Amino acid sequence: MTKIIRTTLGAAAIALMAASAQAADIKPAVVYDMGGKFDKSFNEAAYIGAEKFKAESKIGYADFEVNNETQFEQAHRRFAQRGQDPIIGVGFSQANAVEKVAKEFPNIRFTVIDSVVKLDNVQSVLFKEHEGSFLVGVAAAMASKSGKVGFIGGMDIPLIRRFQCGYEQGVKYANPNAEVLANMTGTTPTAWNDPGRGSELAKGQFDRGVDVVFAAAGGTGVGVYQAAKDRGKLAIGVDSNQNHLHPGTMLTSMVKRVDLATYNSFKAAQDGSWKPGVTVLGLKEGGVDWALDEHNAKLVSTEMKAKIEQAKADIITGKIVVHDYMSNNACK
Amino acid sequence: MGDFVTDIVPILAATLRVATPLILCAMGGLFSERAGIFDIGLEGKMLAGAFAAASVAAFTGSAWLGLGAAIVVALALALLHGFACITYRGNQIVSGVAINILVSGLTIVFGMAWFKRGGQTPSLEAGARFMPIEFLGAAAMRDVPFIGPVYADLIGGHNLLVYIALLVVPLAHWVLTATRFGLRLRAVGEMPLAVDTAGISVYWLRYRAVLICGLLTGIAGAYLSIAQNAAFSRDMSAGQGFIALAAMIFGKWRPWPAFGACLMFGFIDATAIRLQGVRLGDFGEVPVQAIQVLPYLLTVILLAGFMGRAVAPKAGGVAYVKEH
Repeated sequence: MTKIIRTTLGAAAIALMAASAQAADIKPAVVYDMGGKFDKSFNEAAYIGAEKFKAESKIGYADFEVNNETQFEQAHRRFAQRGQDPIIGVGFSQANAVEKVAKEFPNIRFTVIDSVVKLDNVQSVLFKEHEGSFLVGVAAAMASKSGKVGFIGGMDIPLIRRFQCGYEQGVKYANPNAEVLANMTGTTPTAWNDPGRGSELAKGQFDRGVDVVFAAAGGTGVGVYQAAKDRGKLAIGVDSNQNHLHPGTMLTSMVKRVDLATYNSFKAAQDGSWKPGVTVLGLKEGGVDWALDEHNAKLVSTEMKAKIEQAKADIITGKIVVHDYMSNNACK
Repeated sequence: MGDFVTDIVPILAATLRVATPLILCAMGGLFSERAGIFDIGLEGKMLAGAFAAASVAAFTGSAWLGLGAAIVVALALALLHGFACITYRGNQIVSGVAINILVSGLTIVFGMAWFKRGGQTPSLEAGARFMPIEFLGAAAMRDVPFIGPVYADLIGGHNLLVYIALLVVPLAHWVLTATRFGLRLRAVGEMPLAVDTAGISVYWLRYRAVLICGLLTGIAGAYLSIAQNAAFSRDMSAGQGFIALAAMIFGKWRPWPAFGACLMFGFIDATAIRLQGVRLGDFGEVPVQAIQVLPYLLTVILLAGFMGRAVAPKAGGVAYVKEH
């Protein structure tokens, strides 16, 4: 009896495998960064992209949420051993893990977001965060009544400084006299998921006269937006469109299309056009943008909208060049 | 002067906000440890309280039910700790660590099962939280120099749980020094045999101490998730239970000095937040790392240089075996 069941099960498994092999040959996987899959921000964007691919192609994917940084390598290796392909590492902190595991499994395709790994089986996706941040900086400066705007970063790394630098340039572009107060949440990866501290930092800035704050801090941002709501100030979201979190106090969001990058990588792997190398997505490529929807339409005046759209067009044509902090590790 | 007040009042107000969970936990730990039960599990109980408060407040929309749930859950964990350490004479440190790990995992599992947000709970509306209380006439007073901002933003303008924490300190002092219960509680932490000989139940006294600890850590948890923040997120206690433990030792197991230590930690944290990005003459901007190391540096200096010996309750960590 057991034997019969076993053979039937085996046959069924083979049939299943054959069926999925016909549909497509890929077994994609995602490894999320420290903030966790539902951080309403960066990681959630990757999740949305993966879900979109799943809905369209009917191909499931495996995913993993790490609890600490040492798990990145394990996660990638386990996925690679199980034959998952392509594997996406979301976030700069996975670069080392991806590099190491990609060398061990040269036949598996990896995509790393926000960092560069130069290997023949790794695709690196970068964003021009400074361009998107410039636009929300324009919005912040125009919405601010006090002439003081704030920035709250997550972990203090060059990537986040790039957000800050682009934002500051946008603020100065719209209002040369405006003042920018900047805080970083911390220097360890826990800084991506500390809403209590985010809320305290935001209140600290509000106390010093800030009335619009931009948080580029993953899950920590949730505390910043809540503090803005409690105090009746404006906040700017990041990565995903976060306007819906608190309609009425979310001025806009700096959208970074991690979902697009994730989706594109899966899609390219599926139709065979996947290529290694570095892809940089800016305003021109639609990789970054500012968010305008029904949740923040009331907060954005026509004048503000016109100015932002103008800046956007100028950046795309090259009339405005937004300085990239990471090009020389300085904001000038 | 005017500038000084506008600068210092927000910092002091932030100090109170940051110190509140520390004060509640330190007082809870103090009761437990003065009775001879070490409690490493402050962190875990607080985290469980935070999760219970946020979940119940999300389901019912009531901050009070959330607070109640936080207290019930923290009491249950305190009983578990008591059961393991008092009744079954287990190792108190191990039991505390176990509670911390258990809660860290369980809150995420339940959070995912109930809310499907990766361990977070939904954002709460104002009605489901303890909101800052505006004192009578605070808005009108605000323009009065000095007294105005102090009254409106430092004394007033906090949520209810902050005031509860401030009341707990004198209450703890009174209970420990001036009541029969407090005297016996201290005795049971120093020499349980003497208490037993006097015909008083050591176990029951220690259970009561552990339950008081549960009550206070529950309130601290509720403060984290439904007063200071508007949702629970994974491991949101972020080591504050351990800082409270340090503050308690810092204060040599006495309510007022421990309260002072909590305020000091809160103050350093609040200043650190505001010091970021400040320019120091020719040195340029103060690096984030330098600011973040400050609280720890100060702790080491104070511990080594100024505090003197901290003497723990004699019977702390030792299970009492009743002779037959």
